Amino acid sequence: MEVLLFYFIATVMVIAGFMVVKARNPINSALSLVTTFIGLAVLYVMLEAPFVAAIQILVYAGAIMILIIFTIMLLNLGSELKKRYTHGLAWGGLGALLVLLVTTYFVDHGVVEGAKGDMTLATIQEIGHTELIGTAIFTKFLLPFEITSILLLVAIIGAVVIAKREV
Amino acid sequence: MITVHHFLTLSAILFSIGTFGVLTRRNAIVIFMCIELMLNAVNLTFIALSHHLGNIDGQVFVFFIMAVAAAEAAVGLALMIAFFRNRESIDVDELNLFKW
Repeated sequence: MEVLLFYFIATVMVIAGFMVVKARNPINSALSLVTTFIGLAVLYVMLEAPFVAAIQILVYAGAIMILIIFTIMLLNLGSELKKRYTHGLAWGGLGALLVLLVTTYFVDHGVVEGAKGDMTLATIQEIGHTELIGTAIFTKFLLPFEITSILLLVAIIGAVVIAKREV
Repeated sequence: MITVHHFLTLSAILFSIGTFGVLTRRNAIVIFMCIELMLNAVNLTFIALSHHLGNIDGQVFVFFIMAVAAAEAAVGLALMIAFFRNRESIDVDELNLFKW
């Protein structure tokens, strides 16, 4: 049952991902991208990471996609003109194929090993997934967390300054 | 039985689809969305390995990647608006100011 669900979600995600690339109208690309994000959220639930799944829906499928769709509508972009572009398509396809070959090679021949942690299904159910992540962020990863806040502040100011008509 | 291998392969496929889009499309917003697709493929790798190793660190990294992606979205879309204001288009083929 789980295997069937995985293959169904994977197929939907790959098709939707391809539609992101293929669609002529940017709005269609955006909708396919939302489909991919929701599929990812389902996979995160399968991987026992409910908090990350919720964040995926809230931040990606919610905030970032709204921002992208706003921009598409603000710029009032039509469909792309059908220019012939076979050269670029061939080289791009070749590059993407190369990336696929290299990554699958590493996935097939790599050995998954590393520091085993203590996060099991039992601890997740006992302590709670959100608490586990919160403890890690506010103890072990406190400095990166603070730097992230500076990054977000810089991004806010930068976005306002860049998009302003006159500074 | 689903192993970590399945998730990593799916992630590799999604990443190369994103690469394909970045290399072939000329609409800057579509390129941007393909970059988001690649970021999400990497997130899937992090979560799958975090689950496999029983280590919470990967999920914290995903949290940070999402923060960076949100910042990137804000700045990138502002850049596109500024570019559209100058050129009346967001075709990346027209971004040739630094070309000689």
